[in-house]
Amino acid sequence: MNNRSFIRHYHAMLLPGIAFLLVFSVIPMLGIVIAFQDYQPTLGIFRSDWVGWENFQYMFDLPDSRTIFINTLSIASLKIVVGMAVPFVFALMLHEVMNMKFKRFVQTIVYLPHFMSWVILSGILINLLSLEGIVNQFVQWFGGHEIMFLQSNSWFRVILVASDVWKEFGFNTIIYIAALTSINTNLYEAAAIDGANRFQRLLHITIPGLLPTIILLATLSLGNVLNAGFEQILNLYNPVVYQSGDIIDTYVYRAGLLEIQYGLATAVGLLKSIVSFLLIAVSYMLAARFANYRIF
Amino acid sequence: MIRGSSRSVDWTIYLILSLIAFFSMAPILNTLAISFSGKIPAMSGQVYFWPVEFNLSAYESIIRDRNFFISFGVSIERVLLGGAINFVITVLMAYPLSKSAKLFPGRNVYMWFVIFCMLFNGGLIPWYMTIYSLGLLDSIWALVLPTAVPVFNVILLMNFFKGIPKELEEAANMDGAGPWRTLAVIFVPISLPALATVTLFSIVGHWNAFFDGMILMQHKENWPLQTYIQQLIISVNSIMNTTDPEEIKRLTNMSSQLLNSAKVMVSMVPILLIYPFLQKYFVSGIVLGAVKE
Repeated sequence: MNNRSFIRHYHAMLLPGIAFLLVFSVIPMLGIVIAFQDYQPTLGIFRSDWVGWENFQYMFDLPDSRTIFINTLSIASLKIVVGMAVPFVFALMLHEVMNMKFKRFVQTIVYLPHFMSWVILSGILINLLSLEGIVNQFVQWFGGHEIMFLQSNSWFRVILVASDVWKEFGFNTIIYIAALTSINTNLYEAAAIDGANRFQRLLHITIPGLLPTIILLATLSLGNVLNAGFEQILNLYNPVVYQSGDIIDTYVYRAGLLEIQYGLATAVGLLKSIVSFLLIAVSYMLAARFANYRIF
Repeated sequence: MIRGSSRSVDWTIYLILSLIAFFSMAPILNTLAISFSGKIPAMSGQVYFWPVEFNLSAYESIIRDRNFFISFGVSIERVLLGGAINFVITVLMAYPLSKSAKLFPGRNVYMWFVIFCMLFNGGLIPWYMTIYSLGLLDSIWALVLPTAVPVFNVILLMNFFKGIPKELEEAANMDGAGPWRTLAVIFVPISLPALATVTLFSIVGHWNAFFDGMILMQHKENWPLQTYIQQLIISVNSIMNTTDPEEIKRLTNMSSQLLNSAKVMVSMVPILLIYPFLQKYFVSGIVLGAVKE
């Protein structure tokens, strides 16, 4: 018996959460007007001069902006592709394991890095990749010269992608494993009776069975092509590798909070927010239409 | 499932998986071994996966490091306070949003508002300035109030609530229970696994956050632990404006690898303690949130 008088209680329940969103999400959205100002902290939003599109103009004229944009796109895309492929192969292998103890043991280990922050993982990586670190010990052991991994523009992106895979591949297999268990086992039995070998069953049952999941993940990842991994890069980079590793988010952080160019940083951030928002909206619409996926 | 007789394929898969598991753990094991080693072997790269010249000096110096414990305390405070706020807000928002638009006109407006807040943001600078103008800098509230609404958790719990049979709620209403009582007596008790999942999500999120502590806390004694570690270990790397090996060696040695390893290990402990629960509930939570139609 749902009572009409319940409705005001529903509003009341939502009130605290909505209030927090208004203060900490909506008010900052209004703050984007700074992007069109020559913002001076001493004058505030109301008395700073309006400069129109000048901040945006300046941003496009910056010699670095091309590099930063390309870095962001290429790092993020590499992470998306490798970050989907590795868990896929890993899940297929894990699926073949019949010994449940071994399976659970491997899962326990590979999920762990997901729960560690980038601060911790970067602390470990900096140790590992330092000149005296274990990686360079092996490099020298095989007769190579020690490599300054974190100071090398040719290595930096490799490290970003590899360490991102290290942190997330185990956890990202969960979704594939869930999809694998939903494949009808009768199909495997029928195929075996028809004489299909292991590889043929993989090719004709398992992979087609995973295809909807892969398509869904690929579609949703569209919203991430501007997210190259702020926390990771902030903790691993240094001025020597800005050329290969500086991304939009790290640039906004430095320009805004370290160099106090509020107007410029807000303009760059705003542009990223808008493009990201559009990309996510498009990816959700595609996912809803083609994969019948809805998060709410 | 019927298996082929290809034993060698099986063995290859077991071998590859074992290697992958080993390489996933190797960085952590190496750091652990260094943290228990002597100063000289730790600095000169003689430690692999077993401590060399075993000793506890790094851990002893952590015990004497007052700032480390202050930051550890800030992190604990943040997790407890932030986790509690997240919990209350999540439950209170998920319940009305799980109602259909017919039962709760306005539900969809709220829903779109929440989704919009999740997907669009004003960027770093306006966000920082909002918190600054509210006078929250250097206060624990700056770490727990801006993150008070975990939208993803709200959606997760809302989907879970939607799956609870309507008859239960109707029966409660017949007995005279209003929405608050129904939520507290019916919905919360039967949603314990889902609540455990979202609570763990927010605990891990609060424990691992470092960036807000870094820009919103100007005084050392207000840093949460992750910020403390970030500032003392990572920032040495991030200012290295050189490719000269000697200079890099000098800078690296300034921040003691031995001590840093021990600090990294200690800050992992709380996550390791709740790891069995994390594994159990996160997995079910991810699947719950992901395969929802």
